[in-house]
Amino acid sequence: MNKSIKKWAVTAAAGLLLAGCASLPSSAELDSLTQTIVKASFRTEGQALVERVTAVDDTNRLCSQADVAGKPLDEKVAKAIEESNFKAIKWPADGKFLGDWKQGEAIAQSGRGLTWTDPAKSANGGNCYNCHKMAPQEISFGTLGPSLYQYGKLRGVSDPNSPASKPIVEYTWGKIWNSKAYNACSNMPRAGHAGILTEDQVRHIVALLLDPNSPVNK
Amino acid sequence: MYKKTLWGAAACALLLASAAAQQPKTASQGIDEYRAMLQDGNPADLFEAKGEGLWKQKRGPKNATLEQCDLGKGPGVFKGVFVELPRYFPDTKRVQDLESRLLTCMSTLQGFDEAELAKTAFGRGEQNNLTALATWIAAESKGMKFNLSQSHAQEKVFYEVGKRLFFQRAGSHDFSCASCHGEEGKRIRLQDLPRLTQNPGDGVGFAAWPAYRVSNGQMWGMQQRLNDCYRQQRFPYPGFASDATIALGLYLGVNSKGAVSIAPAIKR
Repeated sequence: MNKSIKKWAVTAAAGLLLAGCASLPSSAELDSLTQTIVKASFRTEGQALVERVTAVDDTNRLCSQADVAGKPLDEKVAKAIEESNFKAIKWPADGKFLGDWKQGEAIAQSGRGLTWTDPAKSANGGNCYNCHKMAPQEISFGTLGPSLYQYGKLRGVSDPNSPASKPIVEYTWGKIWNSKAYNACSNMPRAGHAGILTEDQVRHIVALLLDPNSPVNK
Repeated sequence: MYKKTLWGAAACALLLASAAAQQPKTASQGIDEYRAMLQDGNPADLFEAKGEGLWKQKRGPKNATLEQCDLGKGPGVFKGVFVELPRYFPDTKRVQDLESRLLTCMSTLQGFDEAELAKTAFGRGEQNNLTALATWIAAESKGMKFNLSQSHAQEKVFYEVGKRLFFQRAGSHDFSCASCHGEEGKRIRLQDLPRLTQNPGDGVGFAAWPAYRVSNGQMWGMQQRLNDCYRQQRFPYPGFASDATIALGLYLGVNSKGAVSIAPAIKR
């Protein structure tokens, strides 16, 4: 199987070369050659199955293509991606959006989980601080995402259980569960959708962001 | 008493002022100082010396040296080859990076089993020797500017494939290389992230590996650097010297045109 794929890759590359001596193969041909090379180059290791790169969904496929082209997605395509991701959001079964901010802080700190060296059974972290400023006590935060310091306070959430807070509470849940529902090619992982975090863990992160007692909102 | 208080207040103000002036810098300043301290001695020197010895040593089933190995500028030439790799090699009809080319030479000249060696884990057996060789070859181009060829059709194709790999969003977290290395001036935690879609500067990114990593006491070639990026991206395992790693390396190398190589570097 592996050998035949390799052979195929070499043949495909050679074919493209013969066809494209004067000029480069077309963008579509290069896309397909890349996929052939990906299939031949990556293999399953631990819990990191090869399907993670060979069975990519439309959201990632289309956003990658837009990145390569250096152009944002067509507006209609972006909307369609956002709608399908929005539909896939799983809302809390019991209607409870907020958990314990203290557990949320621990999850936000952890960058563990889902690599080929992580044990499959271990709990995954949220990787939040890798990209976001959150509680001010933590000075080791990344800047790939926007600062979330005072996330709830700045949005006027003094009681997350009040009807007035409902839209922001729901948005926060939805954004963590599936970031692409609100921004088709967001750099943020789809924590709930991709099975990175459990429903309970998402609850704790929502609390970290919206509980007035959370250090994020102090 | 009054005087004392005044002095105290002044000292306090001074302290506050200096604390205010220092505070935003302390973290990165500390890291810079730590890095400066590391420059005092780079254990990569040891791997370099080992690599030079291995090049001249008769080894493998064929009991031969690597002195006839062609790394792109003809058999036996090792000065200046590193800053032009990866490149296309007519004999293997492949684009190859330094490590995959060394693998070819160890196989054709010395008789090592190429597939077996490629399967060997980093830091084990002959992989260690390969890393030492790569460290030495890279060191022989220290101070030179990267200047990869884009004249062969396959080099152009590999650049395009490498670009697609760089922007490939996949895995459980939807990460691509660009998630971290697509913008200027970003950090992951406190770690600065170079933008790799362009020349990130002398001795940054592609121009720094092989490098000795102080945090784990290991010498890493570019293959292992890319391998660990992919691990952290939650991707599956990229084969050693696989076309994907070579194409990605070529993309980074071409983008680094003009950057001065400091390899082997020392990293935290």
